[in-house]
Amino acid sequence: MDIIQILSLALNELVAPMTVGYILCAIGLAVHFGFTGLLNFGQAAFAALGAYGYGYAVLVFGWDLWGAILFGLICAMAFAALLGIPTLRLRADYLAIVTIAASQALRFTVGSSTAAPITGGSAGQSQFGESFYALNPFPEGEYNLGTVTLTNLELWMRVVAWGLVAIAALFVFALTRSPWGRVLKGIREDEDAVRALGKNVFAYKLQALVIGGSIAAFGGMVFVMSSQANEPTNWGTNFTFITWTILLLGGAATILGPIVGGMVFFALLTLIESFLEILVNAGLLPFLLIEQVAQIRFLLVGLILMLLVIFRPQGFFGNKKEMQFNG
Amino acid sequence: MANDISVGKAEPGCKKIDPILVADNVTRQFGGLTAVDVKHVEIPRGKITALIGPNGAGKTTFFNLLTGFDKPNTGTWTYEGKDLAGMPSYKVARLGMIRTFQLTKALSLLTVIDNMRLGAQGQAGEGFFKAFIRPLWSANEKRITAKADELLTRFKLDAKREDYAAALSGGQRKLLEMARALMSDPKLVMLDEPMAGVNPALTQSLLEHIKDLKNNGTTVLFVEHDMHMVRNISDWVIVMAEGKIVAEGPPSQVMKDQAVIDAYLGAHADTDLGTVAINKIKVGK
Amino acid sequence: MNRLLKGPARAIGALIAGFLIFAGLLTASPASAADADPSTFAYTIAGTLQQDDTPITGVTIIASKDAEKFETKSDEFGEWTIMVPTDGIWKVELDTTTIPKEFNLANKDGAVNEADLSQTDFAAVLFKFGTDVVVKQSFTDQLLVRVFAGFNFGLMLAIAAIGITLIYGTTGLNNFAHGEMVTLGAMMMWLFYSFFQWNILVAGLVAVAAVTAFGWAQDAGIWKPLRKRRLGLNQMMIVSIGFGIVARYLILLFFAGDTKDISGAATVIQLGPIFTSDVTLVSMVISVLALLGVAYFLTRTRIGKATRAVSDNSSLAASTGIDVERIIRIVWVVAAALTGLAGVLYGLQFQGNWSMGYDILLLLFAAVTLGGLGAPLGAAVGALIIGMVVEVSTLFMPSELKYVSALLILIVILVVRPQGVLGKKQRIG
Ligand SMILES: Nc1ncnc2c1ncn2[C@@H]1O[C@H](COP(=O)(O)OP(=O)(O)OP(=O)(O)O)[C@@H](O)[C@H]1O
Ligand SMILES: [Mg+2]
Repeated sequence: MDIIQILSLALNELVAPMTVGYILCAIGLAVHFGFTGLLNFGQAAFAALGAYGYGYAVLVFGWDLWGAILFGLICAMAFAALLGIPTLRLRADYLAIVTIAASQALRFTVGSSTAAPITGGSAGQSQFGESFYALNPFPEGEYNLGTVTLTNLELWMRVVAWGLVAIAALFVFALTRSPWGRVLKGIREDEDAVRALGKNVFAYKLQALVIGGSIAAFGGMVFVMSSQANEPTNWGTNFTFITWTILLLGGAATILGPIVGGMVFFALLTLIESFLEILVNAGLLPFLLIEQVAQIRFLLVGLILMLLVIFRPQGFFGNKKEMQFNG
Repeated sequence: MANDISVGKAEPGCKKIDPILVADNVTRQFGGLTAVDVKHVEIPRGKITALIGPNGAGKTTFFNLLTGFDKPNTGTWTYEGKDLAGMPSYKVARLGMIRTFQLTKALSLLTVIDNMRLGAQGQAGEGFFKAFIRPLWSANEKRITAKADELLTRFKLDAKREDYAAALSGGQRKLLEMARALMSDPKLVMLDEPMAGVNPALTQSLLEHIKDLKNNGTTVLFVEHDMHMVRNISDWVIVMAEGKIVAEGPPSQVMKDQAVIDAYLGAHADTDLGTVAINKIKVGK
Repeated sequence: MNRLLKGPARAIGALIAGFLIFAGLLTASPASAADADPSTFAYTIAGTLQQDDTPITGVTIIASKDAEKFETKSDEFGEWTIMVPTDGIWKVELDTTTIPKEFNLANKDGAVNEADLSQTDFAAVLFKFGTDVVVKQSFTDQLLVRVFAGFNFGLMLAIAAIGITLIYGTTGLNNFAHGEMVTLGAMMMWLFYSFFQWNILVAGLVAVAAVTAFGWAQDAGIWKPLRKRRLGLNQMMIVSIGFGIVARYLILLFFAGDTKDISGAATVIQLGPIFTSDVTLVSMVISVLALLGVAYFLTRTRIGKATRAVSDNSSLAASTGIDVERIIRIVWVVAAALTGLAGVLYGLQFQGNWSMGYDILLLLFAAVTLGGLGAPLGAAVGALIIGMVVEVSTLFMPSELKYVSALLILIVILVVRPQGVLGKKQRIG
């Protein structure tokens, strides 16, 4: 592999559907954490429910694209309500524990052979994208985008994925500039003060949880759509942790943060991994095996997460003062 | 002694001619400690009432109970004839009963002006769906912004308009919180130590503002340790000690009340409280 | 070039611009996997098909992931190997039409399996043939077996959970990196006991000492400086998540992803319907002694009493002359030692791998929450209950869901009695 290949790989990662899946989840998390202050550590569950709901509607109900999307969305929203109604009254750090526990419980359950008739068990779901790809308007052939060559279907996938990012960003932008968004930010700062001003804090938190969860549900659908394979192992806690890293990298209380954070994060990971592979292949890192390079990825996730929180909690775009954590 | 507020003699739990808030048998225990044990109290409408008492008397806890921020062990209370017991705090606020906090709750990472805007009630743009349609709320936004600016000027915070509330001093935060509470034109404002930490020069103008509130028909209930201020602006004083109401009456009368002096200074003092700098005996602030 | 390095933002901008220029020069087409020679692939999935020791020949096995698919047939010994090009989770299935008639799968869903190559380059996949051997036991016997297992598991959770709760009590930190101390304990035990073949006692002591040193270093290197910076507690919690990930993957890098056999030679002991081993019984005794030791430490010693005072109200404790930082340091050391011990015992009984501690982390939180965060002896009781629930629940639901029941308990407790179980409600006003 030469340097040009590495760079093009990294560039490909910038726009890959998987990257977009994470970006959408991070935008949802920005609504949760950045604007409302909810410590949601179960974002993987919302994404998983979007993906599973979609897959189930297609594979079992035989629904078309729109119906299936709606079903995936409803699954995630229902989960948000189910989780939120009892837990949003809890202190912030308890919410973190509850959400991470709920998402793990969900992952164990969907991946179990008991749930296999519904979720496909450990094998998950596959081949559910026909109606989506049927809408592809691009004629068959190869598309050279200057940096990568894509098939028409791959191009379609990316166009839709980035279209969703644009819509989600505009949606959140509009919300956060409104008096509604102002109440959310107030809640992030001190929910009792906002209560004393006559706002129904619980209802706002629930709305925020549902909206952020819905955006994550789209993220989950995009995440599984390009490979048309949805496996329970996708939705472990690492998914959530990567989403957090992306969010904090870009800036939690910003709109562009999650987008640029996601792109930079994956490009950076690919670059580092590729360079490490070169070094290993050249025998310069004798202590590292080539297949261990992939493990470095998560090590970096952890390291970036730590360093960001300690040294730059506002991320790339955040105002130094705008984002700090309460507690 | 006769007065124009209570029905009969001024004594703990006496009836008022025109009460806005009436509480009965309100108790709150923390473990073995009874923090609040109020048999009966009425707050007169359209007057300025001071709630005083030594540290730990239960004033803040009583505020918390009345505004739905804490749950009492027993008790009922009505506001404007409506039963409030068990009502969530935000609904209490919507009825026009707005409080401030002793430990200031400025929303640090919102600008001062956004803090103020948040205080206004009934904003269409605070609904999720309407939030997307700017024309539905932009006019109202202008209106409340103008009102907020007016209040900020009055509270000498206009220069800080665009700053984050986090950048304000402790006294300025108190002011901001009070100004924010007034954004909704409350019928009853409950201020928990509004003047603690505020520059004396400013205190005077705020006192005038509180009097203005009264003139506009707002009822004020405030907790304060500064006896000069209490004497200066209040029409009525309620004294709490160890959770109970121990005295009530017009300020001049209450300051001489032996029970009050006992409560503050212990049984051996015989001074008129108005001449004692109560601040000196405050602890743990 | 120097100019570009001035600010990180500029450097990143330059990097992106660099991509665009370079990448614009080419149209890369990564070699399609199907064209490549499978024998050069880095990852291997393998297994043996047999029923009652008879090899099953000629069965087609298919490994697939995303759009990629590779297949092979089992040989005369029933053995098969598939080389695959990439890591990740591969789906491995048998083409049931190619199974000879005289053989049958143990259960009808048994033809699909998966190979987890996300952390290693080799995975063995087992397909069960023949009738599943189910030994019929009476319900009471089964219950006894489960209760015993639950007690044993609960004891181990207890000593690790006390560590979490001591740290939470004195510093307010929800330590998400706690599981890694369990893992480290087991891995150290493997290193000294199984790999270096040291005496079991010496190996155990050195392993616990290593984790203790890790705990001390962690506090001195990370948590104390962060406390000094007055970092918020939620922020600290996220730092601990990050640190946990780093520690976990470092352990993976050093010890690889395979399951480590730590048990050595254990003698089976039968107690009525319960089959157990000398290792298990001894480790239970050690756990109980450790718990009694903690109870003694907290209630009878001066430092233990100071620890409780700090947990109760650290500023008050400080004003009565207690050196809070010193207490916290001691707490970290004690917590790490206990947790390392839990890892050693856990490893001895159930083997160990790089993520074992993380896998039980939420169970630890469940235990701690149940008993009341910050209340050490409550955590021990909570852990025993959680251990029991996890094991006994397998009588009523599929054992693959046994952790789910514990997680649901955690959620329910937090929802129903957050302040009652976890301590005082916060003041308002
Ligand atoms: N959440 C709580 N838990 C336990 N005890 C409490 C709690 N809140 C208040 N108390 C106790 O109740 C009593 C009354 O407290 P409160 O804050 O109402 O006093 P206060 O009259 O407002 O005093 P100050 O003038 O100092 O503000 C005190 O003894 C206090 O320690
Ligand atoms: Mg008070």
